[in-house]
Amino acid sequence: MNRIKKLLIEGLWKNHPVFRQLIGMCPTLAVTTSAINGLSMGLSVIFVLTCASFIVSSLRKIIPPQVRIAVFTIIIATFVTLVDLFLKAYFPEISKSLGPYVPLIIVNCIILGRMEAFASRNPVIYSVLDGLFMGTGFTWGLVILASIREILGGGTIFGINLYQNGKILVMILPAGAFFALGFLVALMNLLEKRKW
Amino acid sequence: MVKELFYIFLSAVLVNNFVLTYFLGICPFLGVSNKIESALGMGFATTFVMTFASTISWLIYYLFLEKFGLSAFLGYSVFILVIASLVQLVEMFIRKYSPGLYHALGIYLPLITTNCAILGLCLFMIIRNYGFIESIVFGFSSGIGFSLVLLIMAGIREHLDTCEVPQVFRGASITLITAGILALAFMGFGGIIK
Repeated sequence: MNRIKKLLIEGLWKNHPVFRQLIGMCPTLAVTTSAINGLSMGLSVIFVLTCASFIVSSLRKIIPPQVRIAVFTIIIATFVTLVDLFLKAYFPEISKSLGPYVPLIIVNCIILGRMEAFASRNPVIYSVLDGLFMGTGFTWGLVILASIREILGGGTIFGINLYQNGKILVMILPAGAFFALGFLVALMNLLEKRKW
Repeated sequence: MVKELFYIFLSAVLVNNFVLTYFLGICPFLGVSNKIESALGMGFATTFVMTFASTISWLIYYLFLEKFGLSAFLGYSVFILVIASLVQLVEMFIRKYSPGLYHALGIYLPLITTNCAILGLCLFMIIRNYGFIESIVFGFSSGIGFSLVLLIMAGIREHLDTCEVPQVFRGASITLITAGILALAFMGFGGIIK
């Protein structure tokens, strides 16, 4: 039980994939133009990360170490293909706005990183939970970043209108993604330095 | 024909730069951009792999997968395999024929496999329906664009080292904000191509 609690804190806060480890940057910056996009990307990553953790952890004693990276990548690619086809079939609009960033989950360093660092050397149950918590951590990071950008740049949140005048258009543009994340990381550093 | 190819080149290098517009290859962009020499080596190796990855992926996708109706569900797996084996091949080739270059590139060579810019390149090539020659030019110019931004960033960061940055902004934070300003500057190229 203690171990599960530790995993939860690691994934959601202490070892946060976006703000602390700074990995998985390309979807983080690219799809966070609106909160709904951020949330869909986050949910897709949770699914892929949890399933891939389960398979990799179950097969960890069979996979030859020399070719493990290739095996992990193929396992990840399989689940990403599933997500991609699912989104295309049931949520064509979201699939369109996420574009190539859904298949790009394959090379998302968070997933490969968790396979290499955790799932390939831990029992199934912990690996699945680790995947779930890391994915959830990633998702809240994405939703926060996307909400900030959507509110400041578009004047909306989850598509609901908040205000009309005084939008900061640059926040929706690529440059805004860098600014928003840069300031969020600084804020995280500030919170870290403060002793509660 | 030449005009279109030139447009693809300009677009990939300046207007729709992979790093600053599509956020592809951010990890090496943040990781390797602290010294000009390593940025140069990384840029060179990536351009090399990108050019060949787009060429080979195009051939396999259109001559094999598309023909047998496998592209919908095997496409991604095949791309990632092509990239991984290509990086391995390039590594072996360079080690054999140019040991000096091999040592200069060092660890950056195998790391290219997980560079999302390469997979992104293959995906964009398919989405935009590029022909064979266009794909080669697209791959090459994307590599040049990546190297260009990496070099500029390395130059800026070498100066940043001597600046007094507020404590909480040090490290990744200031690098991201710098990248944001760089992205703003590159937006100025937007008007070149309609």
